[in-house]
Amino acid sequence: MSKKPSLLEKCYVGLIFFLLYAPILILIVCSFNASKSRVVWGGFTFDWYIALFQNEEVLSAIRTSLMLTFSAALIATLLGTFACIGMSVFKKNSRQTMMTITNIPMLNADIVTGIAIMLLFVRFWNLGFMSMLVAHVTLGVPYVILNVMPKLNQTSRITYEAAMDLGASPVYAFWKVVLPDIMPGIFSGFLLAFTISLDDFVITYFTKGAGMNTISTMIYQQARRGINPEMYALSTILFLLILVVLWIVNRSTASRPQEQSN
Amino acid sequence: MHLSKNLIDLVDITKSWDGTCVLDELNLSIKENEFLTLLGPSGCGKSTTLRILGGFVTPDKGRVIFDGEDITSLPPNKRNLNTVFQKYALFPHMTVEENIAFGLKISGKSDAYIKDKIQYALKLVNLDGYEKRKPTLLSGGQQQRIAIARAIVNEPKVLLLDEPLGALDLKLRQDMQYELIRLKNELGITFIYVTHDQEEALTMSDTVVVMNQGYIQQMGTPEQIYNEPENAFVADFIGDSNIIDATMIQDELVEILGVKFPCVDSGFGNNKPVDVVIRPEDLILGTPGTGRMDGTVTHVIFKGVHYEMEVMANGFEWLVQSTKAFPVGTEVSLDVDPYNIQIMNKPASEDEKAVAIDE
Amino acid sequence: MNKRKLLAGPYMVWAAGFIILPLLIVLYYGLTNADGGFSFANFIAITDPMHLKALGESLLIAFGSTVISLVVAYPLAYILSKMQGGKSGIIIMMFILPMWINFMLRVLALQMILSNNGLLNALLGFLHLPLQHIMYSKTAILIGMTYDYLPFMILPIYNAMCKIDRDLLDAAADLGAGRLQSFRRIIIPLSLPGVISGIIMVFIPSISEFAIADILGGSKILLIGNVIEQEFSLSSNWNLGSGLSIVLMIFIFISMAIMNRTETDEEGTSV
Repeated sequence: MSKKPSLLEKCYVGLIFFLLYAPILILIVCSFNASKSRVVWGGFTFDWYIALFQNEEVLSAIRTSLMLTFSAALIATLLGTFACIGMSVFKKNSRQTMMTITNIPMLNADIVTGIAIMLLFVRFWNLGFMSMLVAHVTLGVPYVILNVMPKLNQTSRITYEAAMDLGASPVYAFWKVVLPDIMPGIFSGFLLAFTISLDDFVITYFTKGAGMNTISTMIYQQARRGINPEMYALSTILFLLILVVLWIVNRSTASRPQEQSN
Repeated sequence: MHLSKNLIDLVDITKSWDGTCVLDELNLSIKENEFLTLLGPSGCGKSTTLRILGGFVTPDKGRVIFDGEDITSLPPNKRNLNTVFQKYALFPHMTVEENIAFGLKISGKSDAYIKDKIQYALKLVNLDGYEKRKPTLLSGGQQQRIAIARAIVNEPKVLLLDEPLGALDLKLRQDMQYELIRLKNELGITFIYVTHDQEEALTMSDTVVVMNQGYIQQMGTPEQIYNEPENAFVADFIGDSNIIDATMIQDELVEILGVKFPCVDSGFGNNKPVDVVIRPEDLILGTPGTGRMDGTVTHVIFKGVHYEMEVMANGFEWLVQSTKAFPVGTEVSLDVDPYNIQIMNKPASEDEKAVAIDE
Repeated sequence: MNKRKLLAGPYMVWAAGFIILPLLIVLYYGLTNADGGFSFANFIAITDPMHLKALGESLLIAFGSTVISLVVAYPLAYILSKMQGGKSGIIIMMFILPMWINFMLRVLALQMILSNNGLLNALLGFLHLPLQHIMYSKTAILIGMTYDYLPFMILPIYNAMCKIDRDLLDAAADLGAGRLQSFRRIIIPLSLPGVISGIIMVFIPSISEFAIADILGGSKILLIGNVIEQEFSLSSNWNLGSGLSIVLMIFIFISMAIMNRTETDEEGTSV
């Protein structure tokens, strides 16, 4: 049994790789193209990037996106982590019921989740930053819980009880023993909630207030209108940003090999 | 026991992983109908040897001869031998029945034949009635039996067993040892067994091959291995022993710690440094003055069958086993019968010494 | 111990207020007409030919993109799972990376390539091949969805493949199975859970998708997602939109139940 991929197999991997990245690569190239055309090279330029940062509409979308994503991920992480710690001492049945409810936003179609939260806010409140924030937190919590819960089960009661046996108070035992143990889960939960929120289009589209935009909804509006090289520039920045974030995450997990093997 | 011609010959097998030599020009012959055990500490090359036989590892150099044919480059699925894997490797998505039928279906046997074989194999391993169970829901011992059943239904000429009892608890392990001996006698095929447990090896095998650092240290019957270890490594690895530096004065006379002992070995030369092995149960305790050495008891532990004591005599801490206890501080005499003294050559090179000290 | 339970309190309130309650409101809207009276009309509206057609198209395209993703991703995941050692981590990362790249950004990139005066046609024109009018067609939507969701198919299948114990493949070979037999009888059944979650992860977003259809399909092709979206954004018929949403939700949960059934069935009967 050969364990190394054959040449044919390597070619296949290469082909799919090419198909996945070619569009993004072309997008990046076009962001430096002086010509507005997508097929004619009109020379190298930074104009689109300059224009991008002078466009108040774009800047406000970036600001909204960042504020929304950071606060949503943070709230989701806190809410989810506390929920896990609390739920870990629930009886099996009530824990399962909670987990089923938790899974709903993840499994349901985004469009339904978006519409549902929109209707809630329109009926009892109004749409704006708050409705977006609530929607993004709701979307992010399941991912945090999904990452923290298994870590908490692993820790089980044993180390916690050992700490108490050695004289630690429950609060002290939690801070010094349980929390460090589940920290990697909390961290990856936060990152997932962050990226899910940054990536989201559908739910934001329904819950955003009039005149507000995140990066996703703005690209959508622009794409419907037609070609806009400024959007290519924005996309390039976004792509590079994700690359850097993932590189950092990868490095920080690589330095903890035993965690990865779990 | 009927042992006939060689069934398997390993010729000059060499294998290294990432530059580390695991097997160095290993030569080994295995007879038909033999229960052969490869015994050694982890990393000694025993598992690699077994995987070369199974076809999962290709040696860098050397040949594997099976029944007169060179099978060195034959893939595992074309070899007429089957393996019982260390962690059983039962297919989790199949029932017990489907697991056992796997090999038979591939070789295109009829449904009726397969059904018969499953019944036969399950009866043989005392698990009839378990056909429809999932292996993941069975205990370790039961999974082990299924793994054996799955291998033997294919009627291999050789069954390879890779530390198959390693994951079981002590009681179950002892029961399974008898089971395996019974199975081997009923099937009448060759068993090649890998373990690091010397007791397992001595209990079950016709032939024991003691390995260390890619070399065969000694090959022989369990009695030979235990009673006449050829070097300090084997003596130390098999059972408890006192290994002492000594000088061979002449044939049948050895000087140990300044005391001359008659022995039965000869041919080592005169005034030659040697290693001497004396098993703790072979040392005879008596009242001071009645033996060849006198000493003081320093430790006593009750072990169930016997007491284990440490006796300080002539500057050496002797390990002694006796059914009679002597309290700590008691003055005793030590003696040993000539035929219980095992003389071994000192390791020839520094290299070999390193091997011995390493363990 | 009881105090620890209280920590779950905020989330329980949140879940009640922002998961359960909103869905109940959708249900309420779906079950009432514009005057607030009780009515099933919004559910029955799915039988309207236009809505049925949209639902049919959605199912067809979602099914198509799921099948294509599976066919492309399965061999890929298999090959990737065979790669071991230093570089493999980075290679896998590269295939998962597109999951993290903004979804709209990827749609934008495709729009650039597929549009009538885009790169694909420029390339075809250069090679003197007939130009393709892919943009604003079902094909464009299908390509868009497959491209967007492919990584979601690769990851779970790859994970399932990596979990397969190498010993099992050795055992199969030991029992006489060739490479093809090992693949068919060990690798395929054991990677099935990954395939199932891959299918769920691609099918569900595909069936409710409206943005890809909007940008790559123009307004020519209406999917059920577009219909629902328009009921809220253009027609402001929230009752109808809610009713159709619930129908869509039911569709999703039914297909998920079917998938889970398939999984347990396979486990029980595979020989």
